[in-house]
Amino acid sequence: MNDWVEACAAEEIDEEDVMRFDHGGRTFAIYRSPDDEFFATDGLCTHEKIHLADGLVMDDIIECPKHNGRFNYKTGAAKGAPACVNLKTYPVKVDAGKVLVQIG
Amino acid sequence: MVIVGAGECGGRAALALRDLGYEGPVTLVGDEPHLPYERPPLSKEAMASETPEIRAITSDELLAEKSIRHLRSVRAAGIDRTAHVVRLSDGASLSYDKLLLATGSTPRKLPMPGLGSRCVYLRTFADALAIRAHLRAGSRIAIVGGGFIGLELAASARKLGASVTVIEAQPRILMRGVPVEIAGIVHDAHEAEGVKILAGQGITAIADDSAEVRVTLADGKDIVADLSVIGIGAVPVTTLAAEAGLTIDNGIAVDAELRTSDPDVFAAGDCCSFPLAVYGGRRVRLEAWRNAQEQGALAARNMLGAGEAHAAVPWFWSDQYGLSLQIAGLSDEGRGIVRRDLGEGAFILFHLAEDGRLVAASGIGPGNTVARDIRLAEMLIGKRAKPAPEALGSPDVKLKALLAA
Repeated sequence: MNDWVEACAAEEIDEEDVMRFDHGGRTFAIYRSPDDEFFATDGLCTHEKIHLADGLVMDDIIECPKHNGRFNYKTGAAKGAPACVNLKTYPVKVDAGKVLVQIG
Repeated sequence: MVIVGAGECGGRAALALRDLGYEGPVTLVGDEPHLPYERPPLSKEAMASETPEIRAITSDELLAEKSIRHLRSVRAAGIDRTAHVVRLSDGASLSYDKLLLATGSTPRKLPMPGLGSRCVYLRTFADALAIRAHLRAGSRIAIVGGGFIGLELAASARKLGASVTVIEAQPRILMRGVPVEIAGIVHDAHEAEGVKILAGQGITAIADDSAEVRVTLADGKDIVADLSVIGIGAVPVTTLAAEAGLTIDNGIAVDAELRTSDPDVFAAGDCCSFPLAVYGGRRVRLEAWRNAQEQGALAARNMLGAGEAHAAVPWFWSDQYGLSLQIAGLSDEGRGIVRRDLGEGAFILFHLAEDGRLVAASGIGPGNTVARDIRLAEMLIGKRAKPAPEALGSPDVKLKALLAA
């Protein structure tokens, strides 16, 4: 369980924004918080399998672009209807300007 | 607490009452045999799939866990407001402290004789199954009404190989609430997929027999089909409220807190008209999924005494083929339009009032390309912002930056 994967360069994501990352047939969402920390979750909304990376990041919340299901991307917690199942989260670290995700 | 209507709005309200910590009895009354379910898929995915499934917004287990009593296949037959009692169609009655009417809307009926079993409407899962049974390669579908239901259904029917004609009495499709530039994109997408759109065509007669349905157009031509789906709008379900003496005004009239003319009776969702704060209290009625959700939750808070006024901005979406359309606000409030191109053919029209205030935003594009900016526009509308038109029109200026301004 030491499978760190390079997702992107840190500078590719703006603060308070999100980016899609596909790897090994799976899709993830990589976030950069307003206070410049990086996070990763599963890429698809638990309500209707929509790519969250098309959604809006406000503070700690990612909002699904389709039906406004909300999640705290730091914890994965579902925060509002129609989303009721939490998002899976993944460890993230930044090394030499690269964002690495432990996709496990 | 009694909730009449077990759709999106009523279902959300029941769950919200428990989430808010209310511990007294909650009864949800619905005339369908199902759990509360999402209606938007009925014209979209549910139609195109081989085995349509209901997408419930809750489960029997969750309702049991939350002690929400859900009465199915039963209607509310009357309200005795003095006694605070709802009479049900099966003869039972329910007493209430607070009552929520979430009775929804029902398809507007075509005022014409000759409609038989091959002329159908779409509102419920049962309606969707009945329509689905007719959709296959080569079947002929005539859709009366070029609104969202009709067009989404047309896209689903094409996906299954049916031959589809859409008949619209207005000069173009999506006349209500959708700007002409966006309706044009939708129109072209349908034609490219092989849908025949006849706009500006009234119908003078429908003849329906056991073999086929014949729709006669104003110009004398006949469209012959295996099934005709009529999607000419919806009307609020107000009979129960009207018979109980509640004020009706294009729906069950409620105040900003969703209270009817009786302080112990609330109404929410498609069935009610309410003052929309963002447009100075203009009275509107919305037929939209998110509104049903939000108002269900708001009604629950106010039934428990929150005294919270409705403040949301209307929001709506539609999916057809690979295109997604989203609209925040009501575009008829606008006097001028600024366009922002997002690439991949996606664009957003910002509708500005005379004083420069952003009042609505309409976007269309592949996938979810417009979603983020429409969401930001919705927040700008809610803030009653007056962003510079040049900034709105320039894709390089982030809307988030305008929101912070």
